[in-house]
Amino acid sequence: MATIEIDGKSYEAQPGQMLIEIADANGIDIPRFCYHKKLSVAANCRMCLVEVERAPKPLPACATPIMDGMKVYTKSSKALAAQNAVMEFLLINHPLDCPICDQGGECELQDIAMGYGQDVSRYQDGKRVVTDKNLGPLIATEMTRCIHCTRCVRFGEEIAGIKELGATGRGEHTRIGTYVEKTVNSELSGNVVDLCPVGALTNKPFRFSARAWEMQQRVGVSVHDGVGASVYYHTRRNEVMRVIPRENETVNETWLADRDRYSFSALKAEDRLTQPMIKRDGQWQAVDWETALTFAADGLKQAVQKHGAKQVGSLVSPTSTLEELFLLQKLMRGMGSSNIDHRLQQLDFSDQAQAPVFPSLGQSLTDFEHSDAVLVIGSHLRKEQPLLNLRLRKAAMRGAKCAFVNPVAYEFNLPVAQQLVVTPNDWVSQLAGIAKALQTSSSNSVNGLDSLLQNVSVSAEQQAVADALLSGERKTVLVGQLAQSHPQFASLRALAGAIAQLSGACLSYTNAAGNTSGAWLTGCVPHRAVGGQAESAAGKNALEMLSEGLKAYILMGVEPELESCVPAQAERALKQAEFVVNLTAFRSAAMDAYADVLLPIALSAETSGTYVNMAGTWQSVAAAVKAPADVRPAWKVLRVFGNLFDLAGFEYEDSTQIQAELQPQLMSLVADNAGSWKLPSSLDTAASQGLQAITELPIYAVDMVVRRTAALQDTQDALSAKGVHLSAATAASLKITDGQAVQVQQGANTVASTAVFDERVPAACVLLYAAQADSTALDSWFGDVSVKPVD
Amino acid sequence: MTEQQTSLLSAEVCAAIDRWIAKYPPERKSSAVMGALRVVQEANDGWLTQALMDAIADYLEMDAISVYEVATFYSMYELKPVGKHKICVCTNVSCMLCGSDDIVAHLRKKLGIGFGEITTDGKFSLKEVECLAACGNAPMMQIGHTYYENLTPEKVDEILASLD
Repeated sequence: MATIEIDGKSYEAQPGQMLIEIADANGIDIPRFCYHKKLSVAANCRMCLVEVERAPKPLPACATPIMDGMKVYTKSSKALAAQNAVMEFLLINHPLDCPICDQGGECELQDIAMGYGQDVSRYQDGKRVVTDKNLGPLIATEMTRCIHCTRCVRFGEEIAGIKELGATGRGEHTRIGTYVEKTVNSELSGNVVDLCPVGALTNKPFRFSARAWEMQQRVGVSVHDGVGASVYYHTRRNEVMRVIPRENETVNETWLADRDRYSFSALKAEDRLTQPMIKRDGQWQAVDWETALTFAADGLKQAVQKHGAKQVGSLVSPTSTLEELFLLQKLMRGMGSSNIDHRLQQLDFSDQAQAPVFPSLGQSLTDFEHSDAVLVIGSHLRKEQPLLNLRLRKAAMRGAKCAFVNPVAYEFNLPVAQQLVVTPNDWVSQLAGIAKALQTSSSNSVNGLDSLLQNVSVSAEQQAVADALLSGERKTVLVGQLAQSHPQFASLRALAGAIAQLSGACLSYTNAAGNTSGAWLTGCVPHRAVGGQAESAAGKNALEMLSEGLKAYILMGVEPELESCVPAQAERALKQAEFVVNLTAFRSAAMDAYADVLLPIALSAETSGTYVNMAGTWQSVAAAVKAPADVRPAWKVLRVFGNLFDLAGFEYEDSTQIQAELQPQLMSLVADNAGSWKLPSSLDTAASQGLQAITELPIYAVDMVVRRTAALQDTQDALSAKGVHLSAATAASLKITDGQAVQVQQGANTVASTAVFDERVPAACVLLYAAQADSTALDSWFGDVSVKPVD
Repeated sequence: MTEQQTSLLSAEVCAAIDRWIAKYPPERKSSAVMGALRVVQEANDGWLTQALMDAIADYLEMDAISVYEVATFYSMYELKPVGKHKICVCTNVSCMLCGSDDIVAHLRKKLGIGFGEITTDGKFSLKEVECLAACGNAPMMQIGHTYYENLTPEKVDEILASLD
């Protein structure tokens, strides 16, 4: 511990800290542009110059380590003279175009120029002009305004792990950009907009639509992945204008994924449903809420009377709030049916009784970041959970060994110790090999594993993964979405559990959405009620509901024909049903075909509620804006449904009452993933004829909101998630050329698509992307397919 | 794509880059970027194309933009074609005081080109450079790896005539 004096007052500091950190921690204002607490120190803007006693010249506070007894003056005449001079230099080339600049009013340069700038410029020569760059659909540029702080460059290099922007040229000729005409493709690219201290990089979809002082700031939660990033909605006249990160060290730090930042624009999507609709004699008509609700309740009651409550099922999106999820399952169970599920992307439910109370990360995100070894099983983590991947990257850069078992040779932005690229059929045997390797070298043991693995042999790669997992103190085995949707998920879970136990690792799961944990906790699964209590008789799971076909469905926030892992079956099941009630924020042609009632519900920004992320963190928020027209929050709709069915316990007047009821029961529940699995009796190895399908739900198609975000659909990630991806060798054996029109067949279903050569895909496999026009007519995400050229 | 790009570099060039790589710790291959750029530039008639810079980025396992940053920062790297003999004339203070303006005017007139241009036969190109640390014998110019000092217009004629 050292003591330093700033402006005459003493402060405690840790040796090695920089002056600016002590000043920031104690509320002492030092102007700066290039310094950012999450980025490396560049010390190139020189704005934070301060006077240090016995130093001959002013020193940059961001790059001056403290020393015991140091005396610092941040507002002395020497310090101020230095700061004013730097400001004058920075303004030489900066255009004074604040009135037409999007950053105006929230600009660090503008603010600091007010305090340190001259009112008149002494500069009389020509100013530098820089051509703008086209960085893609998310970031707008006005590079003449750039002051070369290099925050955006350092962000790409240090945080996003993919350096796309750089500073080329030198001195007067320095330019920030990509040098060649190229879009910025990182899934975290929007953060450079926040980092840019001037108006050089601005939010393209938001451009010229509002001024900072016109907007109000409301707290929110992003629901598009399991991290549940904390956001601020900036609203003006009851309209969300943009989204920025809310600093939350335990969740998203200061970052947002582009999916979190830009998806709000779907609030105003063209196909937004704003009025209740019912289908009478095959004709859709807009009606008032009372008519719609009565019509829906009557239809459901009839179905129950005719076929019994067990013929009613409900599919719900884990992006819904805890309160909505709770009321929906309460309604379903009140009607006498436990057919409720949020796991639309799961194929194997055989071990659901063994599943943890809520499958989660099982540790805090901060703890995850401090892992020394991580084995990721089945996840395109960078695109699936961008902010979790950012934490993993930090661990890897610190030296943690990261190993992956994946169906596709994904590219990573972090050092990978080992990546096993495994066809879907070989997953079980690969994990068994890793478990066997651990068994021989680990002091821990797992009952019954010996006999299960007796015929398993260990390859060198498997041994390498095992060795990586045995090094270090803190370890994690992370089961991703691709594993959770695998047809042998139960075996994979058990082997992952065994691997975790043998290596002393924490068994972790990624969550598909911002409230997947909440869906488990509230009993939005067929075999467990609220709080994970086992049901005496389990209802039907999502797969059974869609493959067997029920007489009536209640859908909330889902498009099963797109996002279910049995898309074609889902559409068939919904179409054959007698009555489908759809609580949805949007309307689509598919819904028109299968639904009987469309009830317009509010989206995340428009509804109050609670979300539980994959680390078990609870976040409760109020509605940022009022829902448009006749749209109502789903919890209110469900509450009325409860009354229409004469069910007790639906007398809530406010969503916070529901939360108050749930919190004491649920918040104390701890996710214990360890031991929540059961070894299979044998290691089934699947065999295939033909090609094995691998289906990935691409980053910008995960839920109905993201699918309707125009800006995201124009990104490279969205544009490349199309077609049938296969390696050149596989294609050659099928006589297919790159870009050729092909027909994909699975069972009796065929779809027309285009071949894309992709060397990441293993031999005898094809990679398809879910929720795209050329994949949704298939019966299942996995299983055998054949591909043939179309003449 | 990667294979194609790397194949732009000949075996000799790769061997020369490898000698640079060997000077640095194995996990810091990118430290060899300046040496690699020089080797590649010399093997490509004195200038760098974007494809060549991409190939270097691949070879050194670094982001392409980082190679562009280095190549654009240093004036010794050429991003446009140059003549067979690149004449770099210093116009910095010492040389200017000793008459570099006359040298430049003479070169312009004799070759019929300005700074940044190439003679039509491709033999010479002219470049203005900052101090090359030969102030004691100003004015000076550099052609290839050779310094020519204490220049006069006559001496320049002799030098140019001696080059093939």
